[in-house]
Amino acid sequence: MSMKKNKMIRLTLSYLIIALMSFIVIYPLLWVIGSSLNPGQSLSGSTMFPENPTLAHYKYLFDLEKSNYVKWYWNSLKISTLTMILTVITVSLTAYSFSRYRFIGRKNGLLTFLVLQMIPNFAALIAIFVLATRTGLIDTHLGLILVYVGGQIPMNTWLMKGYLDTIPKELDESAKMDGASHLRVFWQIVMPLAKPIVAVVALFSFIAPFGDFILARILLRTDEKFTMAVGLYEMVAKQFGNEFTKFAAGSVLIAIPIAALFLMFQKYFVSGLTAGGTKG
Amino acid sequence: MDTKKMTSNHGRNAALLSILPGFGQFYNKQFVKGAIFLILTVSFFAAFYDTLNWGFWGLFTLGEIPVLDHSIFLLIDGIIALIVTALGLIIYAFNIYDAYNNGKKRDLGLELNSVREQYHNLLDNGFPYLMISPGFFLLVFVVIFPILFVVLLAFTNYDLYHSPPAKLVDWVGIQNFIDIFKLDLWRKTFFGVMGWTIVWTFVATTLQVALGIFLAILVNQKDLKGKAIVRTIFILPWAVPSFISILIFSGMFNETFGVVNKTILDAIGIGAVPWMTEENWTRLALIFIQSWLGFPFIFAMTTGVLQSIPDELYEAATVDGASILQKFTKITLPLVLFATAPIIITQYTFNFNNFNVIFLFNGGGPAIPGQNAGGSDILISWIYKLTMTSAQYGKAAAVTMILSLIVITVALWQFRRTKSFQEEDLM
Repeated sequence: MSMKKNKMIRLTLSYLIIALMSFIVIYPLLWVIGSSLNPGQSLSGSTMFPENPTLAHYKYLFDLEKSNYVKWYWNSLKISTLTMILTVITVSLTAYSFSRYRFIGRKNGLLTFLVLQMIPNFAALIAIFVLATRTGLIDTHLGLILVYVGGQIPMNTWLMKGYLDTIPKELDESAKMDGASHLRVFWQIVMPLAKPIVAVVALFSFIAPFGDFILARILLRTDEKFTMAVGLYEMVAKQFGNEFTKFAAGSVLIAIPIAALFLMFQKYFVSGLTAGGTKG
Repeated sequence: MDTKKMTSNHGRNAALLSILPGFGQFYNKQFVKGAIFLILTVSFFAAFYDTLNWGFWGLFTLGEIPVLDHSIFLLIDGIIALIVTALGLIIYAFNIYDAYNNGKKRDLGLELNSVREQYHNLLDNGFPYLMISPGFFLLVFVVIFPILFVVLLAFTNYDLYHSPPAKLVDWVGIQNFIDIFKLDLWRKTFFGVMGWTIVWTFVATTLQVALGIFLAILVNQKDLKGKAIVRTIFILPWAVPSFISILIFSGMFNETFGVVNKTILDAIGIGAVPWMTEENWTRLALIFIQSWLGFPFIFAMTTGVLQSIPDELYEAATVDGASILQKFTKITLPLVLFATAPIIITQYTFNFNNFNVIFLFNGGGPAIPGQNAGGSDILISWIYKLTMTSAQYGKAAAVTMILSLIVITVALWQFRRTKSFQEEDLM
């Protein structure tokens, strides 16, 4: 009897906690959706479930003459995609060399990467700013992409090297015996086996620039070159509260596709991180 | 020539001769290689003579005539000169090493490689370098270069009043560090920010980790219904881009129209709370927000670990008469902590530098009289403010160096303990 009662109490408590947590998790998200449907600019008179919901704010965002939102969206996608492609290429090459070859400077190179991945590259933001000004790369997407890719290399190289180390070396050695060239071993033997980690690195290097605020904020100067993060921040910061409903609409439009993508690929994230974290 | 006497000295001779690059190789009768080294050296000096000359002059003086000499640009050129010199020295060292090695081979009476073999060797040994070079060069320019720049900047007086081109910047030694620890305003700010950074890192991270693990174990109970949907809900804060969530929260906590004061606290019967203007309330809100943002990650990791623990372990424990608490502390917790330890530690370093949440929520504010950082500023957001708003570049660089030293120390300590660092072929 008492065991059954115990179980009852335990389960009820669990459900209660889960309900509370779910409320805390979902509330802000529902609130922002509700805000985006509120008529009017500010939130002063708004409610979570507006009586006369409107899509006006969404229409405003897509009005190319009034708002740069679509441009920001495009900029963010462009920068993230290019960063992803360049990162995957450079990281694959670097990680493969560190994993498969024993050359002078390898040990020091690995140690350097280890230390570098600890310091976020925006710590040197003064330097990045001054350097970009000096080279004329300030306010260009190219400059931003280069900084992103450079910052991604150390951590992802370790991640991928850890995975490549688990692919048996006998495979490429026997291929070399058969006369395959260095590039061919890399491209046709090892890389096809490394697809899962390539996917993880690609995901990481896509998400990181997308969520980055500080570097984009330092390097980008004109409104139409902004990324999503900087653009939305400016929208909120410029006249706080006065454009909040528009900001809310903008957030919903970006959060939903990203969250959907994320939930689809979530398993890769977890497996990639645990693989890299323990073996890396 | 007495060959017998000479044999033991080829190595040394060749190495000595290659103080003039190429001549050691000539001595070893590897004329093609020697010529390449010689040409490389000559063209190196021909190409970089001006860069080096100008760069080092600039680096030492930081300019002599205001307006005409731009100290910061000179500093940049100086760093380029340093990097070029370092690359040159690497080639130079390789030249001596190569001459010595081949001389040694001759001492031992071994055949030297022919030009053809050398070419194949170069292809084989050079391949990894070739593959690394794109990443390496990018890294040199966007990561290593900025680090060198910050390190050097920390020893200059670059600020609003010494701002080129109108004024020159000067080397001031460790004055910036002395100022930070000696001048009242700076010392107070530094230790205030440092203290909050540490509290923030430990409290926020520990809370998110504890919450994540707790919820994962809770949801993982066998007789609980609706696991899939609950797990999806709990992952949501991770799935939504964090800068958006933070901006949403800064709206929710807003004192004039925010829903937290207007609706939620009102419903419980608590009056309005000054979330944005009282230091401690901002901090509390930040810790809450970071827990909200951070727990799903730990939740997902822990769920993965929990699902991999075999049921037999618990069944055996039940047979042995273990209580639920014992099963938790003796089986579940150790396994979870062991598997997620490296990730948990990176969470701490991440929060130590978590600029986004601090800056986007309240700009590091509220402002505090008597110090030049806001009440919720951590080191990294303070550095941002010193750079972007008060133009205290030299001080900002000094603080960056202190921050980096802390991070590197912790990081090395952590990695010394992980498997990858102990891997035998790393060393």
